[in-house]
Amino acid sequence: MAPEVETSLLRWIILFPLAGFLLNAICARQNRTQLAKFIGPGVLFGAFLVAMTGVAKLWALPVADIGQGALIDPVFSWISVGPLQLDFTLRLDALTSVMLFLVTGVGSLIHLYSVGYMEDDADISRFFAYLNLFVASMLILVLADSLAVLFIGWEGVGLCSYLLIGFWYKDMENADAGQKAMIVNRIGDAAFLIGMFLLFWSLYAIGVPTLNLQAINANAGALAAANPWLPTAVCLLLLFGATGKSAQVPLFVWLPDAMAGPTPVSALIHAATMVTAGVYMIARLSFLFVEAPDALVVVAWIGGITCLFAATMAIVQKDLKKVLAYSTISQIGYMMMGVGVGAFAAGIFHLMMHAFFKGLLFLGAGAVMHALQGELRLSHMGGLEKKMPITAKTFLVGSLAIAGVPGFAAFFSKDMVLENAYMGGFQGPWALGTIAAGFTAFYIFRAYFLAFTGESRLDPEKAEHVHEMPRTMTVPMTILAVLAFAGGWIGMPLHLLWGDEIGKYLAPALAANPFIHGEHQDTGLILTLMLTATTVGLFGIFWAWLLYVKSPGMLDRVYAMTRPVYPILVNRYWVDEIYDALIVMPYKRASRWVWSAIDVVIVDGVVNGVATTVELTSGIVRRLQTGNVQHYALGMLLGAVVLLGTVWVIGG
Amino acid sequence: MDVPVDHYLVLAAILFSIGVFGVLFRRNVIVMLMSVELMLNAVNISFVAFARRLWDLDGQVVVFFVMTVAAAEAAIGLAIFLVNFTGRKTLNADELRALQG
Repeated sequence: MAPEVETSLLRWIILFPLAGFLLNAICARQNRTQLAKFIGPGVLFGAFLVAMTGVAKLWALPVADIGQGALIDPVFSWISVGPLQLDFTLRLDALTSVMLFLVTGVGSLIHLYSVGYMEDDADISRFFAYLNLFVASMLILVLADSLAVLFIGWEGVGLCSYLLIGFWYKDMENADAGQKAMIVNRIGDAAFLIGMFLLFWSLYAIGVPTLNLQAINANAGALAAANPWLPTAVCLLLLFGATGKSAQVPLFVWLPDAMAGPTPVSALIHAATMVTAGVYMIARLSFLFVEAPDALVVVAWIGGITCLFAATMAIVQKDLKKVLAYSTISQIGYMMMGVGVGAFAAGIFHLMMHAFFKGLLFLGAGAVMHALQGELRLSHMGGLEKKMPITAKTFLVGSLAIAGVPGFAAFFSKDMVLENAYMGGFQGPWALGTIAAGFTAFYIFRAYFLAFTGESRLDPEKAEHVHEMPRTMTVPMTILAVLAFAGGWIGMPLHLLWGDEIGKYLAPALAANPFIHGEHQDTGLILTLMLTATTVGLFGIFWAWLLYVKSPGMLDRVYAMTRPVYPILVNRYWVDEIYDALIVMPYKRASRWVWSAIDVVIVDGVVNGVATTVELTSGIVRRLQTGNVQHYALGMLLGAVVLLGTVWVIGG
Repeated sequence: MDVPVDHYLVLAAILFSIGVFGVLFRRNVIVMLMSVELMLNAVNISFVAFARRLWDLDGQVVVFFVMTVAAAEAAIGLAIFLVNFTGRKTLNADELRALQG
């Protein structure tokens, strides 16, 4: 058992952004926008420093390998009912430290970027209040040592997501998008809650009434031994919750609409952190999931299907942020595939790399949007690299990273996922993921070429105002570009240089891969897989270049050749329409029936009936109230006589 | 010669019944008030009778309390009737029914 050291340091990581939320709320009330611009990013830097102090402390623990051991911070006892003991305890181990680095580190950069991006918005204090609250919730989620506390963070980030998608709520469309995100997530969360209850109930049955994550992991084997279908049921329910939060098939429909929020929100919440919560949750409970191999297979397939499905939709999007939205869904599919094939470290590795490059791409999209005064249509861009050189270069780095070009982030992380999928016997998801890699390279370079290269197709009056972004925005983009380039080097394949450092680091916190037994490094196979994925990626880049740079005339021929396919993709497989027809409309009709039949007739009938009855009876009874004192006195006398008489007769 | 306690109790019962009758059936509120005094004093008689019979002074002490309370009650009651009379020009209980439902 790795040593656990108690410290009260961890709570301060959460308290910093929480304090920022309260202070910014006051600023919003008093219109102190200048102050909010300091508080918002300031508290995040504070949290980042505390978090890194915590990580340094973790690394200084006297253990054999860095990454073993944990820091715990028992803040308070939350609920204590009968056998149920829920403690609000925070825990920092290797897995949490990665997430902490992302949430506070990438979070700080995006907060800094927001200062420039939201400069002219009168509601910037409210914006930072929500953003700080989001970070606080996300930190609760990753630091939680209990599934119930994790769920607080889970719901907290959902709330902040809703608030920030609908940040410009005066536009009905944005408000609707926020509600859609909220409602779709609620469906997943219901399953998550049921899974949590079922988990507690079954743990109670084997005599371990707890929701502590370490205890769940430690007792997963006993649980499976007691009742083999229980872990599978629990894991499938939790997985359904994860498909909501992480925008996977079937609950991915909210994420594209979520792009209605300010772009830094898309970068932080809907790319780097919140949407990966589902992947984190599965990795956190990896010991439980390996006891349910059937559930893991489902996870892998959902990941594989999502990553191809979303990638095909991304290639035809006309809106830059929508491309990135579908790309995010697709990339989370890779992470899901990673954890699904049992390679939990690979999933988390890709999660980390994705936070870098997708955060970067979103910030680039935000910069373009800022320069073009809200223009997002790729057909109205072009040639931006001359006027926005830093944005263009960083976006290119992000594109190379996501496309899996050798040396860049996703080359290492995506390959690790695909490698593990193939070697674990998941050829199906592997094939889906490899094909999706080609689409990924294609759609991102299509966006890059359309936006930054070639002739300018801007509206003339907008073209004059195009300018490079202020320092507050370019600095975070540059830092993320460096990370998107070099970040992947922490997970080298094949014992190259220092080898798979991230996998070794995370190993103590995660379960071993149940599908790959022993340490068999088939160098030839790995090289083949790597070469395949890279070739497919480069092929995608080549096609993007051919169609959008070299000879745009070919586009029409491609459209003609793929006539039946193109409308399907543009209309996003009509998934929204199908959900509308199958679920939303029947639900509305059912609600209408319940309203007219049950609410109006029965509920209102009962309420009105009670009122009418009271009115009628009181009309009769009020005649007793004559107002004459002597009548009352007579009543008292008769009452006393009856009472005493009764006592006399009965009592003898 | 000792008068047995029964005689006092019968007297008290008669006086009490007269009081009850007065309160319930007379229309003049001042007479009703007097009838209430009659009921109180009927109770006082039984208190004193029992105090002597049981050779216990408590009963007699209670009588003093009852008399004090009765005096206060009469004062307040008469004050209410006075105010009422100046407003309504009547002391007839049947006409004082402002609280009729």
